Amino acid sequence: MDTTAQLTPTTEQPLAPAPRLTLSGISKSFPGVRALHDVSLSLYPGQVTALIGENGAGKSTLVKIMTGIYQPDSGTISIDGQAVTLPSAHAAFGHGITAIHQETVLFDDLTVTENIFLGHAPRTRFGTIDWRTMRKNAREVLDTMGAGHIDADARLKDLGIANKHLVAVARAMSIDAQIVIMDEPTAALSLKEIEELFLLIEFLKSEGKAILFISHKFDEIYRIADRYTVFRDGEMVGEGLIKDAGQSQIVRMMVGRAVDHIFPQRKAEIGAPVLTVSGLSHPTEFDDIGFELHKGEILGFYGLVGAGRSEVMQAISGITRTSSGTITLEGKTIVPKSAADSIDAGIVYVPEERGKQGVVIFQNISLPSLKRTSKSGVLRLAEEFALARSYTERLDLRASSLSQDVGTLSGGNQQKIVIAKWLATAPKVIILDEPTKGIDIGSKAAVHGFMAELVAQGLSVIMVSSELPEILGMSDRVVVMREGRIASVYDNKGLDAETLVKTAAGIAA
Amino acid sequence: MTDTPVPRHIPDRLDKPFSSAIFSWEALLVAVAVAIFAVNSFASPYFLDAWSLSDLTFNFTEKALIALAMALLIISGEIDLSVAAIIALASTMMGMAVQAGAGTPVLVVIGILVGLGCGAFNGLLVTRLGLPSIVVTIGTMSLFRGVAFIVLGDQAYKGYPSSFAFFGQGYVWWVVSFELTLFLVAAVIYWFLLHRTSFGRRVFAIGNNPVAAQFSGVRVGRIKFILFCLTGLMAGIASVLITSRLGSTRPSIAQGYELEVITMVVLGGVSILGGAGSIVGVVLAAFIMGLVTFGLGLLNVPGIVMSIFIGLLLIIVIALPIVWRRVRRERFT
Repeated sequence: MDTTAQLTPTTEQPLAPAPRLTLSGISKSFPGVRALHDVSLSLYPGQVTALIGENGAGKSTLVKIMTGIYQPDSGTISIDGQAVTLPSAHAAFGHGITAIHQETVLFDDLTVTENIFLGHAPRTRFGTIDWRTMRKNAREVLDTMGAGHIDADARLKDLGIANKHLVAVARAMSIDAQIVIMDEPTAALSLKEIEELFLLIEFLKSEGKAILFISHKFDEIYRIADRYTVFRDGEMVGEGLIKDAGQSQIVRMMVGRAVDHIFPQRKAEIGAPVLTVSGLSHPTEFDDIGFELHKGEILGFYGLVGAGRSEVMQAISGITRTSSGTITLEGKTIVPKSAADSIDAGIVYVPEERGKQGVVIFQNISLPSLKRTSKSGVLRLAEEFALARSYTERLDLRASSLSQDVGTLSGGNQQKIVIAKWLATAPKVIILDEPTKGIDIGSKAAVHGFMAELVAQGLSVIMVSSELPEILGMSDRVVVMREGRIASVYDNKGLDAETLVKTAAGIAA
Repeated sequence: MTDTPVPRHIPDRLDKPFSSAIFSWEALLVAVAVAIFAVNSFASPYFLDAWSLSDLTFNFTEKALIALAMALLIISGEIDLSVAAIIALASTMMGMAVQAGAGTPVLVVIGILVGLGCGAFNGLLVTRLGLPSIVVTIGTMSLFRGVAFIVLGDQAYKGYPSSFAFFGQGYVWWVVSFELTLFLVAAVIYWFLLHRTSFGRRVFAIGNNPVAAQFSGVRVGRIKFILFCLTGLMAGIASVLITSRLGSTRPSIAQGYELEVITMVVLGGVSILGGAGSIVGVVLAAFIMGLVTFGLGLLNVPGIVMSIFIGLLLIIVIALPIVWRRVRRERFT
């Protein structure tokens, strides 16, 4: 940065034009929850503002207010200095505010052209849709933003997520949206697709759009954002230019204290091999997978999204079938035909998508262990309660009773239920797929601490993760997968992030 | 966490406030049943009579037997619209067997096995081919009844042996019919199966979240297959009872029963979206349906009006919980 050479900071000049959108004094409450309290946010034309905060900080509520889905209890919204109200999603759209979500809200069965012009299609003299103009305009919009590779007549469902994002942006362009909200747009994208998205954001900046960028990933924020605004517990706790703020400074604002995420220290006492996988293949997803998992070991699985890591784990845990290969658990070859088989054998898979649970706590925990808590098929409630109690109390669950609905618990406590449920099956091998994805820093530390405790008790853990700090901080060894094959296996001693990323992306080290 | 944890005691369950028992769906059903009972006894002087009340039960026992199994199926997130057609097919097969000279035990076995077979066929199509059950059973509904029509045309099978009449017309003790006894025994069995066995627990789990249930080691396909078989089996049993009660088989037998069965299940508090419900509710709903149709019958209300009434009831009981939830949500947000 050349500004460092100058004596006076230049924060005033090119980066401070009049804001396009200003929210001020916005408050919003739900029964029993104060979601936002007196927050302010400004978006500037041609700039990217990053909105940063832990889960539950109020980011989504703010986005919903900006897109007309929620109405604020108090506060003002102004666009180009004019106060406006956004009573509906339609009104927000009319004011040129458009949002691109993690899972884009578009129509899978319509074509790219139809998606771009839905609701504002050009008309002929007779009031019918002018298909020819619409196709031509769609082509133009896509070409201008460098998305010439997208077929305007393709059905949306045939496109990948990255291309769907491009269509969503094209839609924003076609209505001449001036304010673009991107709510974790990179969550489901590969590294290459993220690069393409960033090029697109640069293009939108050059077009003078005001962009709000929400992400959990600091490297992305530092890469693309000009400004930042930090939320904590529904309040705005800081804002400024991103080049003036250090990463640790922003983290401190987010959590209210300086946190170095410290991974638990543990003495690895690695034992004999417990699980041996060799030559495991699937017709389309993965090929010739072989590795060993030792007693008391945490084996990290790193790779890009789509490298086949989850698919391998689901095959080992009997959820999907394989075409060839063997799985050996404690010297015995197992052929799991269903999740029930693998649970019986002692392998459990905790999926990434934990989903909504409508069942009460104790029934949720006992579900995979019903064989043990029942007698010839007849439930024994006392046993079920005892099982649930022993694990929930160990995990310090906060609940009013074991018959409480899981859905009424906080995210962190729901996570404890999930862990309790799997531990209760007394597994030998536990496979955690993205165990801390989308949960806040505090809960992350709790999960990591718990993983350390598991291996200390002699369990073996496979951890599929896309987060480098987690892989480096927790794993004893790291398996890197690329395009359905094992690219390399590393001992986690002096291993650095760069090596992993290069291996995963297939760049020669 | 490992060193001297101080466990925070979590109770098994909290004592439910008395109000929650009063406002439960089952309590509401009891109140409705009492109200209808009172209205009926005022409306008709013939209602309050042991034999009258006994006749009343014939209005619902056959459908209610199927509703018990259907409740489990709907809780698991599936449905079977072909149950009335299964009754027709099973009855037709029994009729053919009578023509061939079969005795009562053979007839009963045929009725039950045809029902079971039809249920297994539905179950295979749904679980093996992964087809939506609503589509599969609309198809088999036409298929099963179509076969009955081809075999019978506009004919009817008669000439069932006199000993066969017991199942639909006989009494176990005084005014207590065989049908009612069978229903009450079946209700206890299904209550135990759904609320007291691990099988029942898994049925709820599947209805709540089929993917999570599968990951938790629940054999989703196998359990759904068993539930379709049970529903077919109950339809087979119902077919034996109806055929015995009527003493004849026509291809149009039990026409429209599937809607009354589903109405009973939903009125009984089973969520049409799956995942929740109770057998007690279904049994209460069966009695209410019986009381209503019998009461309307005593008042000489024509059959077509009754079917309008059933249709309205079905819409109301499905809409009511959803509307109620929406009203509450709007009041709070």
